[in-house]
Amino acid sequence: MEPFTPFVGRAVLLPAENVDTDQIIPARFLKTTDKAGLGANLFADWRYDAAGAPRPDFVLNRPESRGATLLLAGDNFGCGSSREHAPWALLGYGFRAVVSTSFADIFRNNALKNGLLPIVVDAATHERLFALAAAQPAAEYRVDLAAQTLALPDGTAIAFQIDPFARTCLLQGVDELGYLLGHVPAIEQYEAARS
Amino acid sequence: MPRTLLDKIWDAHVVAQEPGSPAILYIDLHLVHEVTSPQAFQTLRERGLKVRRPDKTLATVDHSIPTYDRSLPIRDALAAKQVAQLATNCQEFDVPLYSPETGRQGIVHVIGPELGRTQPGMTIVCGDSHTATHGAFGSLAFGIGTSEVGHVLATQCLLQHKPKNFEVRVDGQLRPGVGPKDIILALIGRLGIGGGTGHVFEYTGSAIRSLSMEGRMTVCNMSIEGGARAGLIAPDDTTFDYLAGRPFAPEGAAWDAAVAAWRRLPSDEGATFDRSVTLDASALEPMVTYGTNPGMAAPITGRVPDPAEVRDPAQRRALEKALAYMDLQPGRPLQGQPVDVVFIGSCTNGRLSDLRQAAEVLRGRAAAEAERLDVVFREAGCEWREPGCSMCIAMNGDQLEPGQYAVSTSNRNFEGRQGPGGRTFLASPLTAAAAAVTGVLTDVRSLM
Ligand code: SF4
Repeated sequence: MEPFTPFVGRAVLLPAENVDTDQIIPARFLKTTDKAGLGANLFADWRYDAAGAPRPDFVLNRPESRGATLLLAGDNFGCGSSREHAPWALLGYGFRAVVSTSFADIFRNNALKNGLLPIVVDAATHERLFALAAAQPAAEYRVDLAAQTLALPDGTAIAFQIDPFARTCLLQGVDELGYLLGHVPAIEQYEAARS
Repeated sequence: MPRTLLDKIWDAHVVAQEPGSPAILYIDLHLVHEVTSPQAFQTLRERGLKVRRPDKTLATVDHSIPTYDRSLPIRDALAAKQVAQLATNCQEFDVPLYSPETGRQGIVHVIGPELGRTQPGMTIVCGDSHTATHGAFGSLAFGIGTSEVGHVLATQCLLQHKPKNFEVRVDGQLRPGVGPKDIILALIGRLGIGGGTGHVFEYTGSAIRSLSMEGRMTVCNMSIEGGARAGLIAPDDTTFDYLAGRPFAPEGAAWDAAVAAWRRLPSDEGATFDRSVTLDASALEPMVTYGTNPGMAAPITGRVPDPAEVRDPAQRRALEKALAYMDLQPGRPLQGQPVDVVFIGSCTNGRLSDLRQAAEVLRGRAAAEAERLDVVFREAGCEWREPGCSMCIAMNGDQLEPGQYAVSTSNRNFEGRQGPGGRTFLASPLTAAAAAVTGVLTDVRSLM
């Protein structure tokens, strides 16, 4: 995994609560055996009509959304299934971070393992970000994981919390499998003691 | 210090924990299916790794496999490839695969318990959120993503932070026509779909004790719909009776030793929970969902709620959006709402006892016999399909037409879950069968 570096980008505002994994990537697209290529079907049932044509009113189809890297979403984002295809699809589209007041547990874990940053903010900050994004769709934000800040166009930095272990892994670009493999002797000991 | 069931299972499985890092948690049983595993096996291949414990791993095909005649080839090329890929991966990595040819194939959360692989005190994971089902046996069972599937395949371990304890106490006696599905829908309706985030539900109380293992699995299964990654029910004689004699259950002296250990698992007297909630089972009615998440549920005797009466603006918007998708009029009684399709199945309510209950309604008032339930369903005009996830997730060709209404015994009524544009009412097998008889949402008690 690539180390997670600071980035500056525009935001897409998706003001729905409880966005579930079936909306993020509908199950019929899970018949793939790859990770790549899912971005085209991100939010497929909201994004395209039955004939497959883009719905002009859906936010991802608006011109100002092109190239956005930050997703501003409602409470409890990513609830539902354990499909890691959800973060793969978000990353495939180009998102690098999602901001919400809360994330479903499995989604958050899956996102962190793939370098998609789930940023949790409090309700007041969330409201402020929503208002800003609605008023200034072209606004740019800066995300700095090392500093744990989300900076607004006016320079105000919003601090966010993140699990320190996950942060270290993301910043160094190391994956958890490597960490676990480093503990094989302890695993062997555990197995020996139990059998 | 008194410990909960979760504390005891957790403590027994921590291999190591470094300061500031999550625990390395040992996994006793890893269930694998075709949809969430291919990329994990690929990681193993790329890094030259083996499956550490094939003996603690079990695979089956359920999500994308068709439920029509198994002697026919799989028509969908992508699904066929995914199913074949699992077979290749299992062969290459020595993982036992319960393919249709074995006669044991089925939804992964159905066959684990049926085979006796699911046992009390275990840690169980699968790349599937409804792994919560197995918690009915007093095992810590939860869904993981594909990266983690790779971690467990390679090391039999996961990096985990310990979740918090949440007691869900359900006392009292269920009334006729009301079952385990109604308990869990009522709970999610109460807590909301994010209510259990960061927690494990431990279901306690007399109503839970009196449930069968199938009923307990239904309740634990939908813990994830309440936001909890896992649900737990302390093992007792009901659990041991279910397991005794199953193909992978211990035998003889090993069985006695296992039962003795399992009896020490229940939460200690005086153990404390981080949160708790109480439900009165005797006050419950058959439940049905009206919206697009499982928390939007009401008693069948109720009405479609009116967004105008919801004060919180975000919740009002969500309800308006859900009712628009469902095309339901606020204030209308739920009963009498026309239904196009009834689906009885899934890892929530697709077990023998569920089919028996449904058959009882379909057959009129006669009690269902264990044998030839397929005949009962076919004679009532139903289709009887082969094992698989089917219309729960609409990956294998079994799906709703846009705009159709379904009563489904599955677990998710998300937009498009049962097919793009499809509209789902979640309910119990009894309520589903009642709708199948009348063609509209029906209080099953009026047929009893
Ligand atoms: S039956 Fe439905 S919920 Fe259960 S494992 Fe299959 S797709 Fe998932």
